[in-house]
Amino acid sequence: MPSRLHALLDRLGHATIRAVEEFGFAASLFGEALWWLAMGRARRQPVRMAPILAQAMEIGIAALPIITVLAGTIGLMLAIQGIYTLRTFGAESRVTLGIALSTVREFSPLITGILVAGRSGSALAARLGTMRINQEVDALTVMGISPVRFLVVPPLVAMAVMMPLMTLWADLVSLFAAGLYVSAQLQTSLAAYGDELLTILRLNDFMHGLAKSSIFAALITIVGVVNGASVSGGAEGVGRMTTRSVVHAISAIIITDMVFAFMVTR
Amino acid sequence: MTAAANSVEVRNLQTYYGHRHILRNVSLEVRQGEIFVIMGGSGSGKTTLLNHLLGLLTPSSGSIRLLGRDINAIDPVDKQDLRTKMGVAFQSGALFSSMSVGDNIALPLREHTNLDETTIGIVTRLKLEVVALAGFEHLMPAELSGGMIKRAALARAIVMDPKLLFCDEPSAGLDPVVAASIDDLILRLRDAMGMSIVVVTHDLDSAFKIADRICVLDKGEVLALGSVDEIRASPNERIQNLLNRRTEEAEVDPDAYLRRLMGIKEGEEDEPQGKPL
Repeated sequence: MPSRLHALLDRLGHATIRAVEEFGFAASLFGEALWWLAMGRARRQPVRMAPILAQAMEIGIAALPIITVLAGTIGLMLAIQGIYTLRTFGAESRVTLGIALSTVREFSPLITGILVAGRSGSALAARLGTMRINQEVDALTVMGISPVRFLVVPPLVAMAVMMPLMTLWADLVSLFAAGLYVSAQLQTSLAAYGDELLTILRLNDFMHGLAKSSIFAALITIVGVVNGASVSGGAEGVGRMTTRSVVHAISAIIITDMVFAFMVTR
Repeated sequence: MTAAANSVEVRNLQTYYGHRHILRNVSLEVRQGEIFVIMGGSGSGKTTLLNHLLGLLTPSSGSIRLLGRDINAIDPVDKQDLRTKMGVAFQSGALFSSMSVGDNIALPLREHTNLDETTIGIVTRLKLEVVALAGFEHLMPAELSGGMIKRAALARAIVMDPKLLFCDEPSAGLDPVVAASIDDLILRLRDAMGMSIVVVTHDLDSAFKIADRICVLDKGEVLALGSVDEIRASPNERIQNLLNRRTEEAEVDPDAYLRRLMGIKEGEEDEPQGKPL
């Protein structure tokens, strides 16, 4: 029994050390990425625009159709559930308040974050992992090209720019879709719904969602990169770390969302 | 021999990975303009030695000087500068799979020089001509054969006209004819460009064909270092076993044998790899 306890404690200790180590690696990677962004030109390794644009197309523009579909669906779902719940009190006309605030402050950033984590975070982890096992990362290093500057900074910048924009787009689509359902169900006009939105929503609500989406952008990139850079064990390792990056990124997003809401809305 | 005439100088290099002693007191130098072959069987430490020479690993003790600079003591800007003066052809080629062959070869030029695209295109095609891959610049690495990948990797390694070239197993996994053509290419590169070339290989025929001097590594130690004739004539039994492709008699150690049977592992760590990023 003591030896089993010993083994358990041993595993627990090792897992803790690995977690702390990974967290430290993520933090130093993020710091290094910001350093290259600021100092790259002075070090004759500027961060170039073309790869950032290519990443922005891939992360943002290519994801627009699916974001539109999902955001519209979420808007409709909120409207259906909102009217159903409020009917209990006969307060269906107040449904816009709930839809507007929950969409802009929570659902849009969250659904955008989860979608981007599944689409682009995993792709980033898989790409880096494959590059690592093919010695492509070593090849960059020995060419005198910083892998962080070349491989991490472009997706980080692209993500940081595109995520808030996509969240804004998701806000618009979601509110519009909800409006269609609400106005049809409550026999009011879309214009009246829009008017109500304008009186309810303040800039602060939008900023709350957009600020969160910027944090999600950094989280998704760093989690993807850390998992990709830690790949070992060939193709199976790439698959394992890609899955891990999606799970970690989505968990990080949801937990950060809660912490952010707690800190800011109290 | 002055320090300036040596392209590579390794002094008393020791490396450990966990409890395993991987390289034991390795010292060698590569002279300006020579082809230096590091030879050894699997697990002899030659890949680890190469990774140290490339600055991908940090030694436990000892020093490595490339082109007169200690790579573990210079500041990052100088290291970046030094790396533009050396080229590396990896065993797997390590071509970037998302870029065409031409873009792969042009990458160091685009990153380290201010040349315009026309010039970069000309230099790229020039290097492809050197490795007999002219006209293949638009193909993706996945569309190339094994020998073509090695040659494209060589083209990328020499695109900055390096003073020092490293080749990791240039002929491994190729048929004898293609392997011989890669050997000829390495000889031509040295003759035409005067670069010092370090080749890591376990291929005896290739080593004897191209080497000026050979270093035989075994179990992390330099077993012998000398010209091709000196190595051939070496009285050392382990070298003769290697040269004549004889398997070595396993040493009889009943204790170690028992420990293995009992499943007691010693030094179960993996081979050290390069930095994650």
